Amino acid sequence: MKKTKSVKPASRRAPEPAEKSWQLRLYVAGQTPKSLTAFANLKQICEEHLQGIYSIEVIDLVVSPQLSKGDQILAIPTLVRRLPEPVRKIIGDLSDTERVLVGLDLRPAPLRSRQP
Amino acid sequence: MKKTGPDRPRPPGIPTISPAKSLPKCPTGIQGLDEITSGGLPRGRPTLVCGGAGCGKTLLAAEFLVRGAMTFREPGVLMSFEETEPELRANVASLGFDLPGLEKAKMILLEHVHIERSEIHETGEYDLEGLFVRLNYAIDSIGAKRVVLDTLEALFAGIPNEAILRAELRRLFRWLKDKGVTTVITAERGREQLTRHGLEEYVSDCVILLDHRINDQIATRHLRVVKYRGAMHGTNEFPFLIGDGGLSVLPITSLGLNHGVSNERIATGIPRLDAMLGGKGFFRGSSILLTGTPGTGKTIVATNFAQAAARRGERVLFFSFEESPAQIIRNMHSIGLRLAPLVKRGLLRFHSARPSLCGLEMHLATMFREIATFKPDVVIIDPITSLMDSGTNSETKGMITRLIDYLKGCQITSLFTSLTQAGHVMQQSEAAMSSLMDAWLLLQDFEGNGERNRVFYVLKARGMAHSNQIREFLISERGIDIVDAYIGASGVLTGSARAAQDSLEKAARLASQLEADQLKREVERKRAALERQISALRADYETEARELRRIAEQVGTQTRLLSDERTELGRLRQADAAVAPRGQKLNRPKRRTGTL
Repeated sequence: MKKTKSVKPASRRAPEPAEKSWQLRLYVAGQTPKSLTAFANLKQICEEHLQGIYSIEVIDLVVSPQLSKGDQILAIPTLVRRLPEPVRKIIGDLSDTERVLVGLDLRPAPLRSRQP
Repeated sequence: MKKTGPDRPRPPGIPTISPAKSLPKCPTGIQGLDEITSGGLPRGRPTLVCGGAGCGKTLLAAEFLVRGAMTFREPGVLMSFEETEPELRANVASLGFDLPGLEKAKMILLEHVHIERSEIHETGEYDLEGLFVRLNYAIDSIGAKRVVLDTLEALFAGIPNEAILRAELRRLFRWLKDKGVTTVITAERGREQLTRHGLEEYVSDCVILLDHRINDQIATRHLRVVKYRGAMHGTNEFPFLIGDGGLSVLPITSLGLNHGVSNERIATGIPRLDAMLGGKGFFRGSSILLTGTPGTGKTIVATNFAQAAARRGERVLFFSFEESPAQIIRNMHSIGLRLAPLVKRGLLRFHSARPSLCGLEMHLATMFREIATFKPDVVIIDPITSLMDSGTNSETKGMITRLIDYLKGCQITSLFTSLTQAGHVMQQSEAAMSSLMDAWLLLQDFEGNGERNRVFYVLKARGMAHSNQIREFLISERGIDIVDAYIGASGVLTGSARAAQDSLEKAARLASQLEADQLKREVERKRAALERQISALRADYETEARELRRIAEQVGTQTRLLSDERTELGRLRQADAAVAPRGQKLNRPKRRTGTL
């Protein structure tokens, strides 16, 4: 892997998911259809792009409303990428996969990682 | 249900209109705002406060919460979309409110909502349930009755999908209403509509517009209730201020002319002036205007009044717009008024400020605050004309009306001095003011004989008998003296002319006094002589009378003795009665005995 990195300078901006663990938080408010859709979409994207290196924490604000302040949650559902830094927020039911990938900074990475 | 109308039989089918059903109000505690809205904001409903940058939206909203917590014991949540909690605390501290203390007491909860568009990526369907949850949690955690959403419009910058946002806002206001909290929502003023993003569309119960205008280099804030569904409200623009005690809205006219009156009279500190006012001075709670050209002694009369009140133990607040307190105390010392001890005892307080220091409204607010904290019995404003220069005509009149209304409402006697320009038509500048004043004293200069003298008269004094005469007004190191001006063939004489006239009259008086005394003595002498004669005559008479009485007694005794003697004689002789030497008087009984 180190070798690949030195050979391909074009990939310097792209994160390398294989090396890092991904911490994701999904904020929902009750078991609404939107929440369920969002969770399903997230699961699918993660399985596809971050297999084995991700963890998803689902926070239900109906159960624990005090947690909404920490991540400054307004919209529901909101996906927060806690790690890797910087923190990213993606709102919506994650049905637009392309935009989710952009939001998670995953879009350039999978394209390049598939090249070799 | 209580019916307040006359007990007139109503035709069937027409429902009774009950005034008790009016909208419940939530008092803001903000000075003046509750009067304009006749009781406060609509309880349990959202109110929109809109206005341009820097016109005090956030402070109004914050004060609504703070007053609610402090005065009405209603906890409140401030959700800010712009300022962070420490920023808010600092801003509100500038109004003199202890926000951290209220937070500790669980009366206020600050909540900063951070929105950064660059951090947000939109991927499909969403709603703002997170905001609802947060707000709900905040409200429930302290049992809030009041909520402030400070600039919801920040959401428009942060949330990419306006359609969703608008739908959610509509839901938010509905939700707040259902929650039963009284909400204040602030919003930026838009170019063609009240708010930049048309929030007024959602908040239909009450809309308040704030505005910041500059007139003659002096900025004044204005407040207007644009809409208040289901309630009477003042529709005018009212100036308001942000001072260090919070906001104060100043209704041009207070609720009406219905302040109580007092029949108590208070002395002016100048006995002669009291005498001119029916012997008792002014009514307590009346407003007094003192006009005069420069140097006629307005401040002196005012200070005398202040001193007299303070000596009675009343509290006096002296607003001076010309002299500093130390200067007034020194100057008044020269005419025998000792003010420093009264200041020390806390009965007299001076408040000096340059009229140009700030706008008229600011002055008024400062004065209101001073009055509210010091709680005086007498207020003196010296001179009111300095203030009038710092505002436009209508503003000034409005301000003075408000001030007088306020003072009368509090039963505070007020004395205003007013400077008229020499040669100026006297009544002109005061025309506006005079109708507001209960009493009007006029001080004037009289020039003549190479000297300038002060005269003084009562122009009007409502509700009391007062002298119509012009008096001369003297100032000496012993204080003020009011003397009668001489009115003779050559007109009114004052100063040395009056003194000369006085001495002439005094000489004449003296001469006639002497003559009168002499006459009196003569009369006295005659009376004494008469009395002497009377007593001599009386003595003569008494001697004679005594003599006569003595003779009469003598005669009486002789007669008795004589008759006794004769009876005895008769008895001894046992003579018959017929030969009694005296006449018939004695014969008759004798004859009767004879027949027996």
